[in-house]
Amino acid sequence: MRDKPLTATLAAIALSLLWAFPSQAKLNVVASTPDLGSIAREVGGDRIEVTSLAKGTEDPHFVDAKPSFIRVLNQADVLIEGGADLEVGWLPPLVLNARNPQIQLGRPGRIIAGEVIKLLEVPTGPIDRSLGDVHPFGNPHFTLDPVNGRLIARLLKANLKQFEDTIDARLAVWQKQMAPLRGTKVVSYHKSYSYLAERFGLRVVNTIEPKPGIPPSASHVRDLVAQMKAEGVALILMEPNRERKTPAFLAQETGAKVVVVPSMVGGSKEAGDYPSLFDSIVKAILEAIGLRRP
Amino acid sequence: MHTRICACVCAALFVAAFGGWSQGFAKETAGSEIEDLKKQMTLMEEQLKQLRKKVEELEAKPSATKGPEPDQGKSEDTTEQRLRELERQVQQQRAASRGILAPFNPKISLNGLFTAAAFSDKNNLNLGDHDPRVNGFNVQNVELHLQGTVDPYFQMDANLVTFIEKGETKVELEEAYGTSLALPANLQLVAGQYFTRFGRHNRQHPHQWDFADQPVILGRLFGPDGLRGPGAQLSWLAPTPFYLELIASAQQAQGGIATSFLSQAGQTVRGYTLLDRPVQKPGDLLYMPRVVTSLDVTDEVTAALGGSTLFGPNASGPNNTTIIYGTDLYVKWKPVNHSQGFPFVAWQTEYLHRDYQAGPDTINAIPASRLKDYGLYSQLTYGFVYRWVAGFRVDYADSAGGAAAVPFLTTLAQRDLVGERWRLSPNITFYPSEFSKFRLQYNLDVAASRGREAIHGVFLQAEFNIGEHGAHSF
Repeated sequence: MRDKPLTATLAAIALSLLWAFPSQAKLNVVASTPDLGSIAREVGGDRIEVTSLAKGTEDPHFVDAKPSFIRVLNQADVLIEGGADLEVGWLPPLVLNARNPQIQLGRPGRIIAGEVIKLLEVPTGPIDRSLGDVHPFGNPHFTLDPVNGRLIARLLKANLKQFEDTIDARLAVWQKQMAPLRGTKVVSYHKSYSYLAERFGLRVVNTIEPKPGIPPSASHVRDLVAQMKAEGVALILMEPNRERKTPAFLAQETGAKVVVVPSMVGGSKEAGDYPSLFDSIVKAILEAIGLRRP
Repeated sequence: MHTRICACVCAALFVAAFGGWSQGFAKETAGSEIEDLKKQMTLMEEQLKQLRKKVEELEAKPSATKGPEPDQGKSEDTTEQRLRELERQVQQQRAASRGILAPFNPKISLNGLFTAAAFSDKNNLNLGDHDPRVNGFNVQNVELHLQGTVDPYFQMDANLVTFIEKGETKVELEEAYGTSLALPANLQLVAGQYFTRFGRHNRQHPHQWDFADQPVILGRLFGPDGLRGPGAQLSWLAPTPFYLELIASAQQAQGGIATSFLSQAGQTVRGYTLLDRPVQKPGDLLYMPRVVTSLDVTDEVTAALGGSTLFGPNASGPNNTTIIYGTDLYVKWKPVNHSQGFPFVAWQTEYLHRDYQAGPDTINAIPASRLKDYGLYSQLTYGFVYRWVAGFRVDYADSAGGAAAVPFLTTLAQRDLVGERWRLSPNITFYPSEFSKFRLQYNLDVAASRGREAIHGVFLQAEFNIGEHGAHSF
């Protein structure tokens, strides 16, 4: 089902064809999240018009299926979604009611970015909801690895070379800056930063949520304090929209630094586009760890 | 008696034996496919081990230059790439093995809604089949939802409902309809049995309700089970810069699910006895035009406004008709930096008005009359902190006309559907997760039919949901 995606290939062909005629009207691309929107914008340049549905500051699992999105999707030539159940709680009824055959599943206008990504944390054993709001296909927050952004961009062709060069150049800088942190143990609030950690060699030893979508209990926090002390956890990574009390308590108890970083483009003022999302994340981490002055 | 017991035992044995056999067969088929997969996975894992070894050997050798990251895509045909591809395949095989029999199965979910209720008067005023209605424990609604794609042109949804009424289990086909996926010109067709898209509340299923019971005016006009029926609906998304949808629906006007229309022969509406009035011409169907629009007032505030009309025949006379008008407003605030959907404030209001051409009733010799029924509900819900929602609802309903039929309102239930009634309902809901909830609600209910003496109700409701329940519309 998630093998070399036919839909992605079709999409790439369709987009290449459309972009082969620059005199035509701009291609109307709708992205479910601002990360995907930013990648599309970087790659498509002035040949496409991009609209992102979710806001960068929002929790992408809990976006309201606003009727205005139906209108936006009705006009879309292409819909790019993350997949892996990231948008399962809000996107399907919007697509159904958009009355746009071009963006139905399996059509060239529907791109599922997750299909070209090697997803992390794919459950291997039996799963059910006693494990929390677990994602059966794997962790859907994959845009937090710039190399994954690069892979997604390949679906869109157009200015790919330029985008890849940008990511490659910045990635070399980010990796150099983050090199001293390789092996650093971190705790994240939600499983949002697994891909970031994998790329830059951080080790996520636990999450503040005991299970995905389940808020921390007193006993979990107590165990977490013990674990963080025992393992020398240096950082707590969290999105701006999470409650701050528990992370602050953990920081106070263990001496770890809380780093509030955006998880999507638009999640902070600095994270205006896909490359600057990582600029802002790397900067925040380095400042927290004392490797860079604020 | 013995014969009945024997028949039951035989039936049970048959079901058990047949069920066991079919399960065994399914297991056998699934078992062999899983075995095949396991073999493939073992083979791939073996290949992976060998490739890893090879990579380690290669890495051990000194290298002149090394790129920043092996998977940055410069050299396409490397061992590392093959290794990653194999890893991906193993992972996919594992994921696929979990749902080997499921690729074309519909999404299935089961939702159970149960309530412990206490009323100050055992003859309480709750009208709905899915409302808490008796002191003690109530099974409000157990709903099996199925959803799947039919073909490139249609999606199908079905809701099969069971509930317990007066100790008896009832099963009903609540909805089963297809929705088009690929009609041109911004059109969409819905065909089958479906809840009429009149207003907001009527098409919501009980587990979607923000309160434990249905609004009073909907109970009065649409009966205990909501307005639904077999029919076809065509809707059009207007090419306006904002969301604007026009909906037209034609449905069968008969049965207990169309109480303001042909309903069922022998039933009464405000004292008027209903005749057996079959559908003979297109004018005997129930028609609904609806227009609904929505505006994002800001990034954080969205408003939806709708207006609906229903017109169709009613069976209180051979040519009588009913018209129902309604308007609905929904406004929601949710900050752009919400976490897991909290906090939020939502305000929902609907006003409905029924104009019912009644009689003359030849059975009880009641002269013809125009019955007016109207009312509104307005509810505010506030998700003040993650998992917790506080709500407050005001209901008001009243009626006019039909004075000559009042003496023929022989039961309390009939009298409760007439005259002024208002109700206040504060509640608080706790959501352990998206898939369960507990709700505590208090009702203060005052009706002219009960001499305006307050009836109190307290409900503790629990909901459990399993399976792949689809997303809800705004």
